Amino acid sequence: MSAAPTPAWLDALRRDARARADATGLPTRRDEAWKYTDFALSGAAAYPLAARWQDAVPASLATRPVAGGVPLVLVNGTVVGDWGAPDGVTIGRLDSPDARSLVEAHLGAVIPAARKSLAALNGGLFTDGLVLRITAGTRLERPIEVLSLGASDAASGPLSFHPRLLVVVEEGGFATLVESHRGTGAYFSNSVVEVALAEGAGLDHYKIQDESLEGVHVATLGVSVAARAVYRGALLQAGSRLARHEVHASLCGRDAVFELDGAYLGVENQHLDNTTFVTHAAPGGQSRQLFKGVLDNQAQGVFQGTVLVERAAQKTNAHQLSKALLLSAGAGMSGKPELEIYADDVKCGHGCTVGDIDETALFYLRSRGIAEADARQLLIEAFLADVLEHVSLDPVRETFTAVVSERLRRARLGKEDR
Amino acid sequence: MTTMSGPNEGTGSRDGAGAPLLAIRDLHATVAGREILKGIDIVVPAGEVHVVMGPNGAGKSTLSYVLAGRDGYEPTQGEVVYQGQDLLAMKTEERARAGIFLAFQSPVEIPGVTGVNFLKTAVNAQRRARGESELDAMQFLKLARRKAKELDVGEEMLRRSVNSGFSGGEKKRYEALQMTLLEPRLMILDETDSGLDFDALKTVAQAVNGMRSPDRSILMITHHQRLLDLIAPDCIHVLIDGRIVSTGDRSLAHELEKSGYAQFAGQAA
Repeated sequence: MSAAPTPAWLDALRRDARARADATGLPTRRDEAWKYTDFALSGAAAYPLAARWQDAVPASLATRPVAGGVPLVLVNGTVVGDWGAPDGVTIGRLDSPDARSLVEAHLGAVIPAARKSLAALNGGLFTDGLVLRITAGTRLERPIEVLSLGASDAASGPLSFHPRLLVVVEEGGFATLVESHRGTGAYFSNSVVEVALAEGAGLDHYKIQDESLEGVHVATLGVSVAARAVYRGALLQAGSRLARHEVHASLCGRDAVFELDGAYLGVENQHLDNTTFVTHAAPGGQSRQLFKGVLDNQAQGVFQGTVLVERAAQKTNAHQLSKALLLSAGAGMSGKPELEIYADDVKCGHGCTVGDIDETALFYLRSRGIAEADARQLLIEAFLADVLEHVSLDPVRETFTAVVSERLRRARLGKEDR
Repeated sequence: MTTMSGPNEGTGSRDGAGAPLLAIRDLHATVAGREILKGIDIVVPAGEVHVVMGPNGAGKSTLSYVLAGRDGYEPTQGEVVYQGQDLLAMKTEERARAGIFLAFQSPVEIPGVTGVNFLKTAVNAQRRARGESELDAMQFLKLARRKAKELDVGEEMLRRSVNSGFSGGEKKRYEALQMTLLEPRLMILDETDSGLDFDALKTVAQAVNGMRSPDRSILMITHHQRLLDLIAPDCIHVLIDGRIVSTGDRSLAHELEKSGYAQFAGQAA
């Protein structure tokens, strides 16, 4: 596999990552963190690396931004087109000379290297990528939107690519990032996003994973949150035949805040994995995670959440909740929440539930004349309501809701076919 | 004067009072494989208020659930004819759209579904089924606010999740609100008086009385006398151990209040 020509300083970083990836190998189910998700079985590791994309954005993939933001487009991991950066923001390719100091300071540093993940593989193989820098004190009104598009067809055969994004928000800066993943055909998207928030900085980060249902999507998100910085994330996982969203968050400064709301919707034979590692390394941090999953047909869900509170992290407030709704006997859910606490003055809570539709509520709605399918839809939307309520950007919430409705319709069709 | 008679005789004699809206004949039903209803006969002519009274465990709620079509409440014998249709062959939502409304003894809390969304979806589902145009958000809100005011249902209750965190009285008023919005032909009131203070009871009774009309019937399930003082019934059925053991006029309720259900114990065996 040959990578694109890049400057020597970037090549050095890449060689390091590649060596690490080669040394650890690809994850298997024998690895604790991959116990419930069989990446090897997906066959994605064998997909050849996509060539650097030379053309315009394929017509089959509309690139309209979700929230009217500044659009940045990647096709098969290659940055396509141009952009105008708002005041106070630098947007550049990873290999541009301007990006060098940021890249050298942060790339690969946010995600712990000791853990085996596919992030190192991305580091060794990415063909292109973007760096966003919000300068100190800049409060950005308009969202920045990153659209990662995957494209393969019968002629190309399945392809793999490794989108890479680095977001640095300097002291007191604030930005909204909307990340969308879509595509057609069979492909393996192995995305890595690193977010470094300096003191008092903030990022609202929305991610819509609506990849091709033939696709495999593995994403590693690293977030480092400095003192008084605030990260708020909202995630929708609805696409891919196999998907994993793996988060490594470190609250490394005093009074840092990390929030993540996730909704996932699996139909047919989808396998959707959400794995999070949240580390409280400094006092007064607050973390909150809420994951809600709806699984129909034969879909399988995974939630693994580890919250680590280090000895120094007194007065930590950490909460984690995972709830899954199974809509058919073939659907399943596995996983485990885990708390590791080494500080003695903390408030931590976690919960993990799996249930099915409340038959009493269903009867109540139907007894008022609401058709069973519509009543189910109401109850499913109600189940997801608290996650959706945390999506404060209206167009993003509407997109979440629209994707959910479309998937549920698909799940129903899947049942009627049988 | 109490008319003591067998169930078939009693209800049979009422057939002439008007076209029956609902006719239950020899209805048997099981719950979890156990027979709870063991041959029910009740005929409710249009415009009448019928009461089913009986001790705990007699099968009163089972009867209301079987009529509304709840899963797990399985009719095994007999028939229910509603407006000339085979009610038992209809789905729950079809029964509702045909005008059957069950006011629940314990209205169900549904967190995450707002009152407005729920009520509008229900009203429009029924309007659609009747071939009427759907109400848009503004039209519906106007209607809902007006009806809510009549029932002392606060506007904030429309914005909140269905029944979530409502007091007992609020829940029953909310049921009454749904009833006035949906304008059913047959109202089944399952222990509507349970857990209500007198003021709330009066509000609900007023709503029910306000809806009485020659083509609308009420089947009231209760074991208390007090609702009958507020909603005057035409006919009382005594249900014991899954059977109607006596049918009569209003005085039967007074009789029951005086002497209890023990007098019918022999007939139930």
